[in-house]
Amino acid sequence: MPLTNEIVQSRLTEKFGDVLTGWEAPYGMLTFSAPREYNLKVLNFLFDEADLAYRFLTDLTAVHYPERVGEELCVVYHLHNLVENHRIRFKVYAPVSQPDVYTATGLFSSANWMERETYDFFGINFVGHPNLKRVLNVDEMDYFPLRKEFPLEDQTRIDKDDEMFGRG
Amino acid sequence: MSDHNHIKLPEGSIEKTTTTLNLGPTHPATHGVFQNILELDGERIIKAEATVGYIHRAFEKIAERRPLYQITTLTDRLNYCSAPINNMGWHLTVEKMLGIKTPKRVDYLRVIVMELARITDHLICTSIVGVDAGAFTGFLYVMQYRELVYEIYEEICGARLTTNMGRVGGFERNFSAAVWEKLERFLKEYPKAQKELEALLVRNRIFYERTRGTGAISAERALNYGFTGPNLRATGVDYDVRVHEPYSSYEDFNFQIPVGTTGDNHDRFMVRTEEIWQSLSIIEQAYQKIQSFKGAEADVYHADVPEYYLPAKQDVYTKMEALIWHFKIVMGETDIPPAEVYQAVEGGNGELGYYLISDGGRSPYRLHFRRPCFIYYQAYEEIVKGSMLSDAVITMSSLNLIAGEMDA
Repeated sequence: MPLTNEIVQSRLTEKFGDVLTGWEAPYGMLTFSAPREYNLKVLNFLFDEADLAYRFLTDLTAVHYPERVGEELCVVYHLHNLVENHRIRFKVYAPVSQPDVYTATGLFSSANWMERETYDFFGINFVGHPNLKRVLNVDEMDYFPLRKEFPLEDQTRIDKDDEMFGRG
Repeated sequence: MSDHNHIKLPEGSIEKTTTTLNLGPTHPATHGVFQNILELDGERIIKAEATVGYIHRAFEKIAERRPLYQITTLTDRLNYCSAPINNMGWHLTVEKMLGIKTPKRVDYLRVIVMELARITDHLICTSIVGVDAGAFTGFLYVMQYRELVYEIYEEICGARLTTNMGRVGGFERNFSAAVWEKLERFLKEYPKAQKELEALLVRNRIFYERTRGTGAISAERALNYGFTGPNLRATGVDYDVRVHEPYSSYEDFNFQIPVGTTGDNHDRFMVRTEEIWQSLSIIEQAYQKIQSFKGAEADVYHADVPEYYLPAKQDVYTKMEALIWHFKIVMGETDIPPAEVYQAVEGGNGELGYYLISDGGRSPYRLHFRRPCFIYYQAYEEIVKGSMLSDAVITMSSLNLIAGEMDA
């Protein structure tokens, strides 16, 4: 029987009950979230169960929502069952004051650099990561640039001195 | 001799029996800007550490402020050996988000462009493997046809390397007669050059000995490391986004997915070589399909989405509606609907994914690129451990590491 969103959802609710929330399927991809201390339990379950077997970590990244107090940072896992060709998206939220999330490197070697990248840009502290240091930015950097508190320059600002650019 | 007392060497460096070698950041063998710090015992690598990020340009941050059509130029600069695939992948992401259905002819035109890009990407990789094994000639045979493909790009969009090709919904203009003429020439002449390259390398004793059994990775490890594309298929896993999640009407085409068995340098080379032939066949099929469009259908080159598709310049000057749309698009005043979408395409190096979150503003709230290169390069440390330095160089080129794609 091919894997569908309904089967995955019922298998997960059967196992974890009300712990998993935020069920939706934008553009057909099943999406759900869990408290951050459950991330490894859920990933392990999805990896180990023979009928689920989400054993390919397609992508791991984060999103910053400054207005969601207490869960500002969202870590997003894109998982893929290559045999059944079914994708799901799994999210965990962490407060920006203490952004600790367990590392997935024990399950997926590919998570190593992806978590380093996520740490580099969002400051998520992946607990248990073997080598959690910056990967794309310089080591001396002391902030996390993809967080929303670092806005890009407003393109319509008018206080610039244009004289230096020949437009004065 | 005692003058040398002032030289302070690190603790233990005299007693150390291994050599530390910096391969990169600017080294001819890296073919790009990244670094491998190798610990060598003689010529054998006992430890490798990869460092990337030398050309990081913060594309994901920049994208958070740009309207959709301006992000296409950012995608060019990921895998710059096959920029049109990145462009089309981005357009497909936006079209998926907006629910735009593109006409079949647009899909086929895109397939032609994407497969041309795949050929240029693969021919660089395969011929560079030859160069790194000491055979420079084959590289020159195929390189002149990359030039021809770049001329085709030029006829389509005006640019060669960073193409910024196409628009949301289709292409900026129809393919001209010169495009078809050059494409016919490419289809006619390229197989000969490709055969020449293969005649030089395939079953060449030296090349075979240099590539076979070096830089190997098992299918299981490759999957765990998130390999995709030709590098994964070389290990024997037949995962290809074009087949598993067809986009741009790939389901209309008849082609095969070549796979290897051992995942070593030789298999990676052979898989890419065979994919070039498959791509040529896909281009021919697409060309035949496009020829079969008659009447008004034969001139379709974009979907009817005035909110996002930049109108033709002569219409902007003469028609009120076109002027309004032009103004709204160029000034970035079109709000995009709230959405969360992931779209993948089969890039030159594997699954190129776009994860786009929109909160309803003019630009994405968050855009993440799944760059296949960045993900599989972390396996390099494991792959080259225990191998010879010269094999590590071939491994690097057969993995087709593109610094632009690694660093984003």
